Amino acid sequence: MIHSLFMINSSGDVFLEKHWKSVVSRSVCDYYLEAQRTNPNDIPPVIATSHHYLLSIRRGGVHFVAVCMEEVPPLFVIEFLHRIVDTFQDYFSDCTESIIKENYVVIYELLDEMLDNGYPLATESNILKELIKPPNILRTIANTVTGKSNVSGTLPTGQLSNIPWRRTGVKYTNNEAYFDVVEEVEAIIDKTGSTVFAEIQGYIDCCIKLSGMPDLTLSFMNPRLFDDVSFHPCVRYKRWESEKILSFIPPDGNFRLISYHINTQSVVAIPIYVRHSLSIKSGEQGRLEVTVGPKQTLGRTIEGVKLEIHMPKSILNCNLTSNQGKYNFDPVAKILHWDVGRIDVAKLPNIRGSVAIASGANTTEINPSINVHFTINQLAVSGLKVYRLDMYGEKYKPFKGVKYITKAGRFQIRM
Amino acid sequence: MTDSKYFTTTKKGEIFELKSELNSDKKEKKKEAVKKVIASMTVGKDVSALFPDVVNCMQTDNLELKKLVYLYLMNYAKSQPDMAIMAVNTFVKDCEDPNPLIRALAVRTMGCIRVDKITEYLCEPLRKCLKDEDPYVRKTAAVCVAKLYDISSGLVEDQGFLEQLKDLLSDSNPMVVANAVAALSEINENSPTGAPLVELNTNTINKLLTALNECTEWGQVFILDSLSNYSPKDEREAQSICERITPRLAHANAAVVLSAVKVLMKMMEILAGDTEFCGTLSKKLAPPLVTLLSSEPEVQYVALRNINLIVQKRPDILKHEMKVFFVKYNDPIYVKLEKLDIMIRLASQSNIAQVLSELKEYATEVDVDFVRKAVRAIGRCAIKVEPSAERCVSTLLDLIQTKVNYVVQEAIVVIKDIFRKYPNKYESIISTLCENLDTLDEPEARASMVWIIGEYAERIDNADELLDSFLEGFADENAQVQLQLLTAVVKLFLKRPAHTQALVQHVLSLATQDSDNPDLRDRGFIYWRLLSTDPAAAKEVVLADKPLISEETDLLEPTLLDELICHISSLASVYHKPPTAFVEGRSAGIRKTLPIRQGSTEETATATTSTTANEATVIPSQDSLIGDLLSMDIGSSVAAPPAQAAPTSSNIDLLGGGLDILLGGGAPDVAPPPASSNTGLLGDIFGISSSPTLYTPPKTCWLPAEKGKGLEIMGTYSRRNGQISMDLTFTNKAMQAMNGFAIQFNKNSFGIAPASPLNIGTLQPSQSLETGLALNTTGPVQRMDPLMNLQVAVKNNVDVFYYACTVPIQILFADDGQLDKRFFLTTWKDIPAANEIQYTLNDVRGTADTIAAKMTHNNIFTIAKRNVEGQDMLYQSLKLTNNIWVLLELKLQPGVQHATLSLKTKSTEVSASIFQAYDMIMRNA
Repeated sequence: MIHSLFMINSSGDVFLEKHWKSVVSRSVCDYYLEAQRTNPNDIPPVIATSHHYLLSIRRGGVHFVAVCMEEVPPLFVIEFLHRIVDTFQDYFSDCTESIIKENYVVIYELLDEMLDNGYPLATESNILKELIKPPNILRTIANTVTGKSNVSGTLPTGQLSNIPWRRTGVKYTNNEAYFDVVEEVEAIIDKTGSTVFAEIQGYIDCCIKLSGMPDLTLSFMNPRLFDDVSFHPCVRYKRWESEKILSFIPPDGNFRLISYHINTQSVVAIPIYVRHSLSIKSGEQGRLEVTVGPKQTLGRTIEGVKLEIHMPKSILNCNLTSNQGKYNFDPVAKILHWDVGRIDVAKLPNIRGSVAIASGANTTEINPSINVHFTINQLAVSGLKVYRLDMYGEKYKPFKGVKYITKAGRFQIRM
Repeated sequence: MTDSKYFTTTKKGEIFELKSELNSDKKEKKKEAVKKVIASMTVGKDVSALFPDVVNCMQTDNLELKKLVYLYLMNYAKSQPDMAIMAVNTFVKDCEDPNPLIRALAVRTMGCIRVDKITEYLCEPLRKCLKDEDPYVRKTAAVCVAKLYDISSGLVEDQGFLEQLKDLLSDSNPMVVANAVAALSEINENSPTGAPLVELNTNTINKLLTALNECTEWGQVFILDSLSNYSPKDEREAQSICERITPRLAHANAAVVLSAVKVLMKMMEILAGDTEFCGTLSKKLAPPLVTLLSSEPEVQYVALRNINLIVQKRPDILKHEMKVFFVKYNDPIYVKLEKLDIMIRLASQSNIAQVLSELKEYATEVDVDFVRKAVRAIGRCAIKVEPSAERCVSTLLDLIQTKVNYVVQEAIVVIKDIFRKYPNKYESIISTLCENLDTLDEPEARASMVWIIGEYAERIDNADELLDSFLEGFADENAQVQLQLLTAVVKLFLKRPAHTQALVQHVLSLATQDSDNPDLRDRGFIYWRLLSTDPAAAKEVVLADKPLISEETDLLEPTLLDELICHISSLASVYHKPPTAFVEGRSAGIRKTLPIRQGSTEETATATTSTTANEATVIPSQDSLIGDLLSMDIGSSVAAPPAQAAPTSSNIDLLGGGLDILLGGGAPDVAPPPASSNTGLLGDIFGISSSPTLYTPPKTCWLPAEKGKGLEIMGTYSRRNGQISMDLTFTNKAMQAMNGFAIQFNKNSFGIAPASPLNIGTLQPSQSLETGLALNTTGPVQRMDPLMNLQVAVKNNVDVFYYACTVPIQILFADDGQLDKRFFLTTWKDIPAANEIQYTLNDVRGTADTIAAKMTHNNIFTIAKRNVEGQDMLYQSLKLTNNIWVLLELKLQPGVQHATLSLKTKSTEVSASIFQAYDMIMRNA
């Protein structure tokens, strides 16, 4: 399975290596670095060399390169690498080169706990946290004073139970369960403003702080909306199949309960529109005007609107005025950023002005496009509604909360 | 306080400093020192010099320190085997520790130390740990067996660890089961024979399925992968496996989802008969595959490579999901290219408008590679979806108007292909193409343009000028362009000989005298010779109809595809190559194949037995070969000298290869005519108009004299110019003359009946008469057993005689048995796998090309030829007179005397006879 792991920063230095079988020389990374040099943004996730296979992911500027020597399921390795990053983020709240360097030994111990001979050993964060305590200042001081270590001497209870994601004996004074229903609208809108393709990628992220072994059920008003669902392993699939309710013993803390996909059964509402006109003729000043407005928002306000306009190569500079928000133009990448903020229906955000065009440039060649970002609070754009949350198995009354957010996923408008 | 402090060094030298700290009396200092050592190790510094000092810290109660020392040991034990021995005692002691965590840690670390001396001591602790009361230890020990196997496979087998590991498959704890499965599959992978160590049966499968629901996500992947190697014994079992696996499609881990897809795809093959079940299963497969595409780009890429296989195998699953493959501006390029590929595969008449407008959009993007591929994709759509061709061509014209250099060039390359697919349909656009002549600088685009000019020379008024302008820089052109120029000028000359003689002479002299490219010279010489000896023949050769191209040129071989379907979710599925082709040390591995459906195995068995049964009577022995050749002369319009009837293979190769190039890369399917003239090699090849002659078996004795009251009938079947006939030799071995001959056939499988009365007068004693009896296939039909049996009655003045003979099936192969490539592929897929029958041909000689040529004589048409891993694959089709289509795949290995023939047809009864025919043709023609 996974033979070795190398961590590489964006300037091409290998700053950590871990081997689970025999040691593989780090020169194997040269193949990866080669690909990194030729195209830093598009490194193929699977690279074959004469003796090894390099499977890689990139997160937060760090490249994680797994080395395999025999036939493996690549998704297995890629998912595992993602899991490693998630664990680091869980432990150190971020996963950057400097944080990894600061925590070399903990990271090394973690990697050793997560894989044995290339096979995953313990990947559930609650088990790992019992084995290796996450560092915090208080504990570091305490350890220095008492001479204790942050490595646990006993076998974690969850390791072999049927619910490895939860340890026993969890205790909270305030018992709370929060659910965030987040929906991302992915769309391609063509020049005329009609939708080429749209889908909703949704997920429910939970923050559960409940004592003991609570057994929860979450039900929806309209569960038929889902086209496809993927569950956290804690969800009982049978109950979902038969009753369309989510029944589960939750992990302790933050986790993603379900992610879902909506694209075929219902028409995806597009909450925002962008009216745009860009007229360019070679040798003249061009004009650009963009207006943003709400479309189907069910009366909610659109916030955090940001536009990222990929301009044609021939544009040299922009001289624009906006009635709201700031803009800047990156003349190298040819990207115009416009940070709009909230959309006020009474006064629609608008930006206009002139653009300078390189003389003699071919202006027909490239179609510009706009990437749009936005968030809408208190709205799940699909119309999904949580019906109720019940708890069994424990006696106390928990505090429950559900929040809905709609965001732009990869929302793209062609100009 | 962070770990970066472990890197601060002093002037004295790091190693020295660490050494003294490691030997410190203070526990705390020791631990800090080991941490420093580990930190240096992680960044790849060599700290092996500290080995004895670190090992000394091993005996400690502090678990963290112990772990750190173990980490160090794993890395450096190999380089210090003698020192490593020092650690053995501690390991053995730790394996007895009351704390399961320490027991597991010890056995785990020992397995990672690849030192023989330590391995010896590992066996006893490992045996105990495999039976440990704590599942955590058992689970760790299971993986340790795999480690040990990697170090010393013999030891594992001798010590009976494999048996113990197999026992763990029935363990009460699902994690233990999952790890045992993982360990066993790794051992399997590395075992020299590649043979499965564990025979999966219903019982073990049930245990695995139970464990599947309870183990970790990684364990689920291992279990699903080993389930995919199991072939259920019947449809019911397959169905129940499917039902128990389907919930895995809703797992959050993409690896689990894809492995589940693999098992389901394989089971669907077994359940193909149950269309309803497969239908619902297909519906369930689509959403999870779509969901994979909204994950991280790395996951998307692997998913897309796999989806590419799935849409080739089962296009239905994703046929309504075209839109999810639309490319987004910020997709990484490797995702974009894969999406594009799948879009083309899913393109059909119903969605072509959408696809085209997307492709047009992509053709204006920034990334050059992607734009090129998008333009190519438009061309592929035109070829694939016929009704859309017009729209595709106009889209391409729009793109040419953009004048973006690489777009124009790419468009011209694909327009050439469109011209080949739809000849004489879109010539009106040639003038637009010619406008862009000057901007073309890539060889492929230039070659395509030259080809277009040559092909339509008669319609382009200034074709000669255009070609002449290319000739100026002839020497600087790429070989590809030079070859096309040569051919184009010759075409021009043959079409408009009036003013182009000088031009053709110029190009021929350029090609033959000034060039040092052998291909170019050879082609030049061939044209020269052709033009000077027989311009009419030259016309026939150079301006011959080209084989049509089909869009599915990039489809994978059906057999390779089937193999790859078994490898979904693995690296093989990303590379689209079987693992044997790229995984090291897998030469002995067993190739996976999709399961064969119920019943077909029996059929294959009967097919082979009946073949052997019939062989004795039909297949001529070697010594009758001469007779065969002689009898072929009779009635044949062209008298071919026997010596040349079987042309030498080198001739054919030259011809096949040469024509291939001449025709611009089409499949060589021109039948090599039997040579007869003696004007040298070239004359031999081109001197004769082709009239395919069928291989005719030698005459056999149908009615021996003692049964025929003195009348002996020898006979065989032949086909000339599409006319089937029965060639008969009547010999009178009696003492008196015979007359009043008449012949009649019983009803038979193919309705063979005499087309004319038997034309024999009086047969004098000891006289022999030869006659040909024309046959047709319009007579009454009745299925015979054996199939090809024909019962004949012959009457003369003496008596009525009955005899039965076997009709060689090849005489019933129709002239129009050539399938279009596209039809071939779709038909091949349409015919259920149960109708596929395999047969091994022995005593195969000659190359794929000579065999293909042989087959073409007999109306077995080669649709395509591919080379896969050194094996030649010929795809052939034939049609019987009663309109039964038979599709064949012939796998040849160079230097090996036998070949594998796979046959697919809706009526499998004919298969045995077809195999016979193949045998016969192969050996004799």
